[in-house]
Amino acid sequence: MLKHLFHDPLHLVFAQAVVAALAAVLVVLLARKRRIHLESEVLIAMLRGLLQIVAVGSILVLLLKSSRWNSAWLLMVMIVAAGATSARRARGIPGAFTVSTWAIAAGAGSVIAVMTWLGVIDSAITSLVPVGSMLIANAMNTNGLALNRIRADVLAHAGEIETALALGAEPGTSVSPYVQAAFESSLIPAIDSVRSLGIVWIPGLMAGMLLSGARPLYAAIYQFVVLAMILASSGLTSLISTLFIRARLFTSADQLIVQPGR
Amino acid sequence: MLKSNKSVNTLATSDSVLLRTENLGRSVNGKILVEGATFEVHSAEVLAIVGPSGSGKTSLLRLLNRLDEPTSGTVYLEGVDYRQIEPRTLRREIGLVTQRPFLFPGTVAQNLKYGPAQRGDTFSADAISQLLGKVGLGDYSSRNVANLSGGEGQRVSVARTLANSPRILLLDEPTSALDEASKIEIEALLRNIVSNLRLTCVLVTHDKAQAARLASRVMVLENGHIIRIGSMEEVLHA
Repeated sequence: MLKHLFHDPLHLVFAQAVVAALAAVLVVLLARKRRIHLESEVLIAMLRGLLQIVAVGSILVLLLKSSRWNSAWLLMVMIVAAGATSARRARGIPGAFTVSTWAIAAGAGSVIAVMTWLGVIDSAITSLVPVGSMLIANAMNTNGLALNRIRADVLAHAGEIETALALGAEPGTSVSPYVQAAFESSLIPAIDSVRSLGIVWIPGLMAGMLLSGARPLYAAIYQFVVLAMILASSGLTSLISTLFIRARLFTSADQLIVQPGR
Repeated sequence: MLKSNKSVNTLATSDSVLLRTENLGRSVNGKILVEGATFEVHSAEVLAIVGPSGSGKTSLLRLLNRLDEPTSGTVYLEGVDYRQIEPRTLRREIGLVTQRPFLFPGTVAQNLKYGPAQRGDTFSADAISQLLGKVGLGDYSSRNVANLSGGEGQRVSVARTLANSPRILLLDEPTSALDEASKIEIEALLRNIVSNLRLTCVLVTHDKAQAARLASRVMVLENGHIIRIGSMEEVLHA
């Protein structure tokens, strides 16, 4: 219907954005009827997301004409932003930003570098930046889930952890069941995405490739390639993050820092 | 505020000082939890710390095995500043039994093996059986801790701490989460263990009668300060 009303592609895409945003606003209004107030949070998130993605789109337009090395700078900025975002899930754990940023850099960054070197990811900016950002964003989500789970488990099991410390256990040993659980649970979305691929959902990248006229088989296999890379980078990020956040939970005298009511 | 430091020496059941605190204190975000605590714990004595809720009893106990860091003063274990002792070693020397037992998933035997395993020691089946006998749970070795009652769980917690052969036992309201029958059982158990093993204990309790039944000396805390310390008669009937 919109295609009949708007013939200019730019006008059309703005109209599509407005309609999609209205659908989200409708949900907010329904929630409000049930006295759940999400108005400001959803409004800010949508405005922020729109501005950010338009800004990145504009930067990509400029980058298309610049050196390929600029994509590396852009991905690095994304890694730092991802580190800051996921570190918020570890409130009260000192050094969470540093651990998150290095974990995402090592996890997603190494997979991006190796896959680009091997030719799995095209080194052209138009391919490297979007695919790289997908890996970084998923690594960020996985890291956020892992840190959130560790924090919640440590708060819920502070008694057990301090009992272990009081019996002479090393800090790492005292939290190891919770670190392992956090690692495993953080990977559930990434594993389920691969498991349900094609049956439950057709991801955006494949849908975009199909819309732009790519052969379905090629689009399907490349989508699997991207999801496998996401699983690898997310897993590596969570592994590194949970390994290094363990030490941040304790003081140098093996005292638990994160405690209920502190 | 400390009524009489001299009485500490004269009223102790033994004259060898095992643990000494000096101006010990901790404050968090400007809130004083414990301040200026100076006292001694003598070998083979039971010192009870009593006081109303929020008086700093548990905060003081947590400073004694360095689960929390003092913001002032320090603790000496046989004359050695405990900051010079590795925390893991210190905590094996100064064992802690908490209000709730916090047993680890698995069997009773696995819980008893936990402490010795942390320093690479094996705890034999005979040693487990002997220790369980001392806490009145002779044939409980292979029982899953999920199936224990509150009193049984606390007995396992005591045995697990004793498996590390601590020189001092810290007891943080060990009966407050139990029903009356279990409370009497655990009290009797502690009395037996302390007298048979000649253990040095610091007992935190809000129950003055319990302090009178178990301890040789008592300390009263209020708002993080020691307001009285001495023999039961001196303090409780002051």
